[in-house]
Amino acid sequence: MKRILITGATSAIAQETARLFAADGAALLLVGRDSDKLAAVADDLRARGAEKVETEIVDLIDLARCSRLIDEAVEKLGGLDALLVAQGTLPDQAECEADPLKTLFEFSLNAMGPITLLLRGAAYFENRRSGCLAVITSIAGVRGRKTNYIYGSAKATVSTFLEGLRGRLCGTGVSVVDIRPGFVDTPMTAHLPKQALFATPESVGARIYRAMIAGDDVVYTPWFWRWIALVLQLIPRRIFVKLSI
Amino acid sequence: MLGDPAPSYALAMADYQSWGRIPKATASAVRRVYWRSELAELDLGSSAALPYGLGRSYGDSCLNDGGILIDTSPLSRLIHFDFERGILRAEAGLSLQQLLAVAVPRGWFLPVSPGTQFVTLGGAVANDIHGKNHHRAGTFGRHVRRFELWRSDGSQQECSPDQNAELFRATIGGMGLTGVITWVEIQLVGIPSPCLQMERIRFRSLDEYLALESESSADYEYTVSWVDCMRSGPTRGLFQRANFAGGGTPRKARRPLCVPFDLPSFALNSSAVKLFNQTIFQLQQSERISRLTHYAPFFYPLDAVRDWNRIYGKRGFFQYQFLVPNDAEEAFREILRRISSARQGSFLVILKKFGNIASPGLMSFPREGLTLALDFPNRGQATCDLLDDLDELVQQAGGCVYPAKDARMSPASFQAYYPQWKEFSRYTDPQFSSSFWRRVTAGAVA
Ligand SMILES: Cc1cc2nc3c(=O)[nH]c(=O)nc-3n(C[C@H](O)[C@H](O)[C@H](O)COP(=O)(O)OP(=O)(O)OC[C@H]3O[C@@H](n4cnc5c(N)ncnc54)[C@H](O)[C@@H]3O)c2cc1C
Ligand SMILES: NC(=O)c1ccc[n+]([C@@H]2O[C@H](COP(=O)([O-])OP(=O)(O)OC[C@H]3O[C@@H](n4cnc5c(N)ncnc54)[C@H](OP(=O)(O)O)[C@@H]3O)[C@@H](O)[C@H]2O)c1
Repeated sequence: MKRILITGATSAIAQETARLFAADGAALLLVGRDSDKLAAVADDLRARGAEKVETEIVDLIDLARCSRLIDEAVEKLGGLDALLVAQGTLPDQAECEADPLKTLFEFSLNAMGPITLLLRGAAYFENRRSGCLAVITSIAGVRGRKTNYIYGSAKATVSTFLEGLRGRLCGTGVSVVDIRPGFVDTPMTAHLPKQALFATPESVGARIYRAMIAGDDVVYTPWFWRWIALVLQLIPRRIFVKLSI
Repeated sequence: MLGDPAPSYALAMADYQSWGRIPKATASAVRRVYWRSELAELDLGSSAALPYGLGRSYGDSCLNDGGILIDTSPLSRLIHFDFERGILRAEAGLSLQQLLAVAVPRGWFLPVSPGTQFVTLGGAVANDIHGKNHHRAGTFGRHVRRFELWRSDGSQQECSPDQNAELFRATIGGMGLTGVITWVEIQLVGIPSPCLQMERIRFRSLDEYLALESESSADYEYTVSWVDCMRSGPTRGLFQRANFAGGGTPRKARRPLCVPFDLPSFALNSSAVKLFNQTIFQLQQSERISRLTHYAPFFYPLDAVRDWNRIYGKRGFFQYQFLVPNDAEEAFREILRRISSARQGSFLVILKKFGNIASPGLMSFPREGLTLALDFPNRGQATCDLLDDLDELVQQAGGCVYPAKDARMSPASFQAYYPQWKEFSRYTDPQFSSSFWRRVTAGAVA
């Protein structure tokens, strides 16, 4: 995997994945909204051996901008082999419940932006009959929990979309990777009390790197979340609605 | 998937402890710094603050009971790596392990390395750490070209031997008290391969040891010894010397074992330790062995067991590292006798002779002489009394004790070991303090 577009490239998890690609000498286009942070990530990846690192300052709530990024990456990197979508926000649930427009904003950032990128990416890779489309979704998308259903449903939207896209691209040589981390210790979860299930961004980022190279389809990380997801799915609805998780 | 490596886990608030787990301290808050650009908005209120790296200091120099800890470990980005000249500039939270993973494949190594890879660049500077090549390379700080220091007044200053030279000197070995180091630029050393040609030789007395040191110091970059401190009679142990070797194939580093919970205290009673030492000493069948080894098991044997500090159980342990000048050999022998007759020591006893290369930091621990580092399981007052006795001997011999490993020395001992502490306190950040600093300066007026 030589040429990679990463959106939300300042994400703690995405940085770890990018470091591994950089060590392989990859060429990267990093997209994010904060120029200081993007510059720090770009310097890091260059010093780790990336052949080329380009940056693009974009607010990824801008869907029109999202829809042009694949073309820009192809132009800047001279082609494209993989897309990793990492941007995301964990919104305050109560605020969202009180404000539908905020809910739609968060939904847009967590689901519509990624879908826009995926449609463009799918078209490009389908034509070339190779490539990798990877998105960091979440364990939160597995069921709608009352404490976190706005974030969770946005992630579930992307996961369902990816499943369909995988069907569409089956046999074209394009891999569609749905990464579903559990709790990860990053700025996004900085406000949450840490318990034993929190993984480090290093271990999750490394898992994503391996999944993209292997072309895995659905990846729970750390691995035991697969079993937690299974248990969650098996809880009958009548009981599930009463749970305070 | 079962084939995945074990995930590593995040720190909870209660995990901000020191390696010896003594004393227990609770910070009022932990501020994790993810980006250098965030420091401008860092809100410390009116609390005392202290940077925290990976908590590999043993005592309380990385603790700030009741104050704020500024966790710099997420600042782990490289800024620039000159592959040709081996000059690396990186954020201060980069661990030495992460650094080596990038540098070794390009033929570069740390100029000075401690006994674990899990320390940050910031922590390495703040304690001006030393390694097995002190006689050749001096301390870590000697290889630092420059760094940036953030102070609580919001200033960010570059420091080097020619720029803000006084702050440079105070921050190296400055125990985090002069501000937050945001990045460090160091000069790495070239290596022909990741492997070392290592020789391990038995010695049966201190004289034999000293003879081995003087015969080796000119030709060997790295020397270090393990000593059996549980026996009365002449000091015996294993002397190691090594140089990086050209070519050769290293053994692959293994995935670390880990100690998942605190062991009960009987695991470390003195007969168990005695047996362990006996076994190690005799495991080496011949008087000397020579072999090619990968750098990881050579420099970081303890890293093979993650969280090994848990073998000391919930009560934690003290580490004691002192040095005495070369002319105080008699005092050194007396201290060894005291330690072995007290029967409290454990199996991790490391002996090293420091060379005469001056340390660059105002408060640096290393100076020329013999240094010994050992662990003492916490047996309460008995252990503290023994260490107080040792302090007295070290002081009389004109030596000193390493703050990075201390949890208990008295203000009087500290101020005798480091009379320059008053000068140093002129450079500390007015809002920075640590549990250690409050303890060792208690009752004194700077
Ligand atoms: C197994 C083992 C072996 C060891 N071997 C050696 C050895 O051979 N030689 C040796 O010298 N030491 C040795 N040590 C001690 C260790 O190297 C030092 O204590 C080191 O400073 C720990 O670094 P850290 O990143 O964990 O920092 P911490 O322990 O978290 O902090 C250490 C000090 O550095 C300060 N600090 C941390 N980050 C910053 C920053 N960004 N800016 C300013 N100040 C900062 C803290 O305030 C504190 O005063 C060993 C420790 C262990 C556990
Ligand atoms: N942490 C977890 O526990 C966890 C669990 C499951 C899934 N995830 C998912 O993992 C992904 C990465 O998150 P993370 O944990 O690494 O947290 P993070 O470091 O906070 O990353 C989130 C990233 O999204 C970016 N972003 C947010 N809004 C944006 C916008 N409008 N325009 C451009 N970029 C924007 C952020 O940019 P700024 O740096 O500029 O803010 C940041 O880089 C997210 O999709 C998240 O949902 C995380």
